[in-house]
Amino acid sequence: MIMRLANIANLGIKELRSLRRDTMLLVLIVYAFTAAVYTEATAIPETLNRAAIAIVEEDHSPVSSRIVTAFYPPYFTAPRFIGQSEMDDRMDAGLDTFALDIPPNFQRDLLAGRAPTVQLNVDATRVGQAFTGGGYIQSIVSGEVNEFLNRYRAEADIPVDLTLRARFNPELNKGWFGGVTELISSITMLSIVLTGAALIREREHGTIEHLLVMPVTPLEIMISKVLSMGLVVLAASAVSLILVVEGVLGMPIAGSIPLFLAGTALHLFATTSLGIFLATIAGAMPQFGLLLMLVLLPLQVLSGGMTPRESMPEIIQTIMLAAPNTHFVALAQAILFRGAGLGVVWPQFLTLLVIGMALFIFALGRFRKSLN
Amino acid sequence: MARFKDVGLSYGKVRALDGITLDLPPGCMVGLIGPDGMGKSSLLSLLAGARVVQEGRIEVLGGDIADPRHRRNSYSRIAYMPQGLGKNLYPTLSVFENIDFFGRLFGHDRKERERRIAQLLERTGMAAFAERPVGKLSGGMKQKTGLCCALIHDPDLLILNEPTTGVDPLSRRQFWELIDDIRRDRRGMSVVVATAYMEEAARFDWLIAMEDGRILAMGTPAELLAETCTDNLDAAFIALLPEEKRRGHREVIIPPRDAGDSEIVIGANNVTVRFGDFTAVDNVSFEIARGEIFGFLGSNGCGKTTTMKVLTGLLPASEGTATLFGREVDPTDIGVRRRVGYMSQGFSLYNELTVRQNLDLHAKLFSIPHDAIAGRIEEMAKRFGLEGVQDVLPEALSLGMRQRLSLAVAMIHSPEILILDEPTSGVDPVARDSFWQILSDLSREEKVTIFVSTHFMNEAELCDRISLMHAGKVLVSDTPAAIIAHKKAGSLEEAFISYLEDAIGDEKSTARTSSMPTQGDTEAIPAASPVRRSFDPRRMFAYARRETLELRRDPIRATLAILGSVLLMLVIGYGISMDVEDLTFAVLDRDDTPISRDYVLQLSGSRYFIEQAPITDYADLDRRMTNGDLSLAIEIPPGFGRKVARGNDVEVAAWIDGAMPTRAETVSGYVQGMHQTWLTQKARELHGDAATSGNFRFEIRYRYNPDVRSVVAMVPATIPLLLLMIPAMLSVLSVVREKELGSITNFFVTPVTRVEFLLGKQLPYIALAMLNFFTLSAFAVAVFGVPFTGSFFTLTAAALLYVISTTGMGLVISTFISSQIAAIFATSLITIIPAVQYSGLIDPVSSLEGMGAFIGKIYPTTYFVTIARGTFSKGLDFGDLAGSFIPLLVAAPVLLGLGVALLHKQAR
Repeated sequence: MIMRLANIANLGIKELRSLRRDTMLLVLIVYAFTAAVYTEATAIPETLNRAAIAIVEEDHSPVSSRIVTAFYPPYFTAPRFIGQSEMDDRMDAGLDTFALDIPPNFQRDLLAGRAPTVQLNVDATRVGQAFTGGGYIQSIVSGEVNEFLNRYRAEADIPVDLTLRARFNPELNKGWFGGVTELISSITMLSIVLTGAALIREREHGTIEHLLVMPVTPLEIMISKVLSMGLVVLAASAVSLILVVEGVLGMPIAGSIPLFLAGTALHLFATTSLGIFLATIAGAMPQFGLLLMLVLLPLQVLSGGMTPRESMPEIIQTIMLAAPNTHFVALAQAILFRGAGLGVVWPQFLTLLVIGMALFIFALGRFRKSLN
Repeated sequence: MARFKDVGLSYGKVRALDGITLDLPPGCMVGLIGPDGMGKSSLLSLLAGARVVQEGRIEVLGGDIADPRHRRNSYSRIAYMPQGLGKNLYPTLSVFENIDFFGRLFGHDRKERERRIAQLLERTGMAAFAERPVGKLSGGMKQKTGLCCALIHDPDLLILNEPTTGVDPLSRRQFWELIDDIRRDRRGMSVVVATAYMEEAARFDWLIAMEDGRILAMGTPAELLAETCTDNLDAAFIALLPEEKRRGHREVIIPPRDAGDSEIVIGANNVTVRFGDFTAVDNVSFEIARGEIFGFLGSNGCGKTTTMKVLTGLLPASEGTATLFGREVDPTDIGVRRRVGYMSQGFSLYNELTVRQNLDLHAKLFSIPHDAIAGRIEEMAKRFGLEGVQDVLPEALSLGMRQRLSLAVAMIHSPEILILDEPTSGVDPVARDSFWQILSDLSREEKVTIFVSTHFMNEAELCDRISLMHAGKVLVSDTPAAIIAHKKAGSLEEAFISYLEDAIGDEKSTARTSSMPTQGDTEAIPAASPVRRSFDPRRMFAYARRETLELRRDPIRATLAILGSVLLMLVIGYGISMDVEDLTFAVLDRDDTPISRDYVLQLSGSRYFIEQAPITDYADLDRRMTNGDLSLAIEIPPGFGRKVARGNDVEVAAWIDGAMPTRAETVSGYVQGMHQTWLTQKARELHGDAATSGNFRFEIRYRYNPDVRSVVAMVPATIPLLLLMIPAMLSVLSVVREKELGSITNFFVTPVTRVEFLLGKQLPYIALAMLNFFTLSAFAVAVFGVPFTGSFFTLTAAALLYVISTTGMGLVISTFISSQIAAIFATSLITIIPAVQYSGLIDPVSSLEGMGAFIGKIYPTTYFVTIARGTFSKGLDFGDLAGSFIPLLVAAPVLLGLGVALLHKQAR
C-alpha cells in the first residue's frame, strides 16, 4: 500500500484547522507553556522557608541569648520559647519541625571547657526540611558560639579549605530547574492529550469511518495526526523556551536550542504515538481522561525530571528505561544546563528514536485493529 | 389537567419555546407532532417538572409546577419517559434491577415491588428477559422496560417523549396496544406523547402541531385534516407550515426506472457478521442493479448499518462475500473507494470545518485535480442549495441543511454508488421530500445506484425495491407494491408487521395474549401510598445500591478505583524522594600521597557516594560533568600531603553538578560534613586530643525517622493524597455521568430528595475508599517497610471521617460541572494542587504564607496528614491527636450542606 504525502498534508491541515476551533484546547496549550512554566519556576520555595522552630532555653546567659536571636524569618519562624515538658507534645502534634534545647549552665560549662551538649530535635517525617535545616542550625549555633568564644581565646587555624562550586547553575537557582521540568511535563502531557483527543473526537463524531471509506489508509491518518500535533507542541515549546524560560525567567541556555528542539521532535514522535495508543484503548473521552492520570503521573514523576533517578529502586530505574520521558529528561538537562552537544547526547537521541518507532508501530497495529 | 400560559424557554440565544398557551384536556391521549428540534422535548420536560419554568405559568394536576411544594406532592402522580432509547435506564443493570430501582425510589417495600414488577413484566411480555442487561436489549424492548419503570407507581399523568422512534413497526404496534390496554384499566390516566411518526399520531385523541417553538394548530386528528383539506397528517402538517417554509415544496414522484440496465453493481452473497457470540447480520443476500434505488427497512439495531459497513469495507464479513462492481469488497483497494460515496448515520462531518472546508478536504482526499476543485465545490453547493452558507460552520445549519451537506460531500467525487445510512432521521417532512427529490434525480438522470436505509414507511415506498430486515435477517426483498400485494395488506407497514409476525412466530403472540387484561386484580392494585417523608433511607439506599452495581460492571472505573491508588502510591513513594544516594564522583588527585588518598577515602567509603575512574585532566573533568556522568568532582592540588603535615594553607576544590539544585544542595551538605570530619580526625592525629576537645557538642536527634528515610516520611502522607484524589474523582464522575447520559432526569422527576441523592451516591464510594485505605496501609507496611507505631484504630477512624469529606468534596464539584472530561480536569486541579502543595506533604503548613497558608489551614488533607504521620511514625493515638479530628468532624457536614445547597432538583 503506498502512502501518499498529499493525503497526509491535507489531513494534517484538517487537524490544525480543527484544533484552531477548539478554544478549550488552545487555552490549555497557552496555559501549559506560559503560565504553568512560569508559576512552577517561581513557586518552588527555598528548602528552608519559615521552618517552625521552638527553643527550650534553660541557660538565660549571654551566649544562649546570642543563639536565640540568630533565628529569624524568612528561613525560620520567630522562635517560640517552650518548656522542656512541652517539647514532645508539640512535636507530636506537628507544630514544630525543630526544637533546640540549650541546657542549664551552658555558658559556664562552655567557658570551663567542659564541652556541654546542645541538643537539636528534628521531626524527621518532614524529610525536606530535616536535613538541610539540621545542618543549617548546627552552623548557626557553632558560628554564634565560636564568635562568643573568640573574645576569650584565639581559634587555631584550620589548614585545609574546601572550595565548593556548583557548575551549570552556580547559584543553584531552583526556578530554572522548575521551569525546565514543567516545560518537559507540558510537552509530554499535551502531545498525548492532543493526539489522543483528536482521535477520540473523530471516533465519537463518526468522522473516522468517513475517512476510511475514502482513498485514505490508517497509516496516513495516523501519520497526519502525529505530525500535526507534534508540530503544534514543538512550536509551542520553542516559543516557551525562548520567551518564558530564557526571556522571563532569565535562564542562560547553555547548549544549542535547535539541538534541544531536534530531541523534542524525537520525544514527540514517541509520545504522540502513545496518545494514539491510549485513545485506542479508551472507549470514550472520560475513560481516556482516567487512563491519562494513570499514565502521565508515573511518566513525569519517575523519569528523573523531579528527583534524581539514582535514588530510586533498581527495578523502577530499569522499568523507566522503556519510557521516552527518561531519555528526554536526560537530554534536556544535558543540553539546556550543561551545554552538551550531539557528541554527548546521541545515545539518548538513538534510544528515543527506537522507543518512538516501537510505540508507533504498536499504536498503528492497535489503531488498525480498533477500526475493525 | 394541565394549562400553559405564555410559556417561553430559551437555551442561551436559542429560543426553544415561544408564547405557548394551551389547555390539555384530562383523561385522553394528547399527541405533540412536529419535526425534530427542541420545542417538543422542552414542553414535555416543563410539564413533567424536570425543567425550571423560565417564562409564563404552567399548571399541572391542579397546582403551579414552579412551586416546589406542589412538585413534591406531584412526583408520585407523574411519570416521565425522556427521549432516546432507554435514555433514563442504566444499561449495565438488568431489566429487573432497573424497574426495582424505580420501585425503591417510590418507597415500595420488597413484597410490593416484587408483585408490581412481576405484573408489569408479565403484561409487557418482558418476563423472559428480566435478567438481561438493558444495554443488550433491542430498541423496542428498551422502550417497554422504560414503560415498566414509568408505570411502577401508577401515575395519573404519563409523559412519553418520542417513545417509538427507531423501533420496528411490530414493537411499535405492540407498544401502543400496551398503552391502550393500560389506559383501559386506569381510566383517569392522561397520556401526553411526542412523536415523529404521523401514522401514529392519527390514533391519538388530540393533537398539537408544533414548529420552531410555536404552536401551529390544535385539535383532533379529524379536525386538522378537515382544516387543511388533506387526507393524511403528513400532508396536513406541511399545509399548516408558514408560507416561506412550504415554498418550493412539491410531492416527490420518482419516474419509473429504465429497465434496460441490469448490470449488478452491489451484491451480497450469504453475508454473515458476528461480534463475539452475537450475530448482527445473518446470512443476508441481495443484488442491486445500476441506477436502482434500493431501500433497507428495519428498526435500530437490526443489522442495516452493519451490512452497509461490510459493503464499504469498514467491517469484514465473518462469512459470505460482498461485491461491488462485480468484484469482492477489498478494504485495501483504494481504487474502488473512489467510485463509492458513503453517508454514515447521523451527521459525521467535521463540525470544526466550514462547509467549504469540508467539501474542499474531501475533494482533495479523492484526488480531484487541483484546478477542478473550486468548480466542483461550486457545482455541488449550487445543486444542494448550499451557496449562501459556504463559510458557515455546520453546527449553525439546520438538520436538513446538514444532511444535504453530507450528501454533497458523499457526491463530491461523482461516485457511481451511494450508500446512505438513515439519511433523513430527524429531518422535517419538507426537507425530507426535497432530499428524496435529489436522490430521484441522481438515480434517474445520472444512473447513480443508491442503497439507502430508513425506518420511515413513506420513504420506503419511494424505493424501486426494498428489503425488510429484522434481527440480522432479511425477511423479504421486492418492490414495495409486490410486498403489499403478497401479504394482501393495506399498507407497507401492515405488510411489514405481518412479515415480522411470521418471522418471530409463536413467541411474541403468547406474550400478547398474556397482555390482555385477564387478571382481575389489576384494578385492585392500591394506589401507591404517598411517601412524603423528607428523608427516606429506602430512597437513599436505592441510589447507593444502583451505584454499587454499576461500578462493579464498569471495568475502567473499577480498575482505577482499586489498582489506581496502589500504582500511584508506588509512583509517589519512590518518585517524590528526598534521599540522595549512590552519587557518582571522581577525583583529580594531583598529589597522590597517602594523605590525599586518605582524604578521598572519606568520600568513597560513604554509602552516599560511588567512586568512578580517576579524572585525568581538566578536559576530562569537563567532558564527564557535561555528560552527567559525575555529580561531584574533587581536585586535590599538588603538594597537598606535605602542606597538611606542615600546617600550611591548602585548598581542595569541589565541583558539583548544579543542574538539579536540590540534589546539588544535598551533595554540598554531604561534602562539607565529610570534610569537617576528616579535619577533626587529622587534627587529632597530628596534634593530639587536646586540640580537638571542642568547645561544645552539638547533638542532632532525628526523631520518628532516625535514618531520615524519605519513604518513612512520604508514604504515610501519600495515603491522604490518594484517598482524596481517587474517591473525589469517582464521586464527581458518578453524578456527572448521569448528567451527561441523561439518567439524571430520574432525580428530577422522582420523589428522591437532594440529601438522599447525594448520600446515596456517596455511600458506595466511602466504602470503596475505606477498602483502598486498608490496601494502602498494608502496602505501606509490607512493601515500603514503613514501621507502624501508633494506634491503627485512631487512623481508621480518621480515615473514615476524611473519606466522607473527600467524597463530599467530589459531590460539591459535581454540582457545577456537566461533562465528564471537564470533571476529570477540574477535579485534578482542585484536589491535587492544594493537597500536594499546601497540606504539609512536602513543606509544613506552618512554612506557607498568604493564600497557600489559608488553603492549607482549611483543607482537610492537612489534618489527616498530621494524623497519618502521627499514627504511623510518632506512635500516637486518639488522645494525642484530638485537635486534628475536630476540623475533619466539621468538614463532613459542611460539605454535605454545600452540596445540597448547590444541587438543582430541576434542569436549567
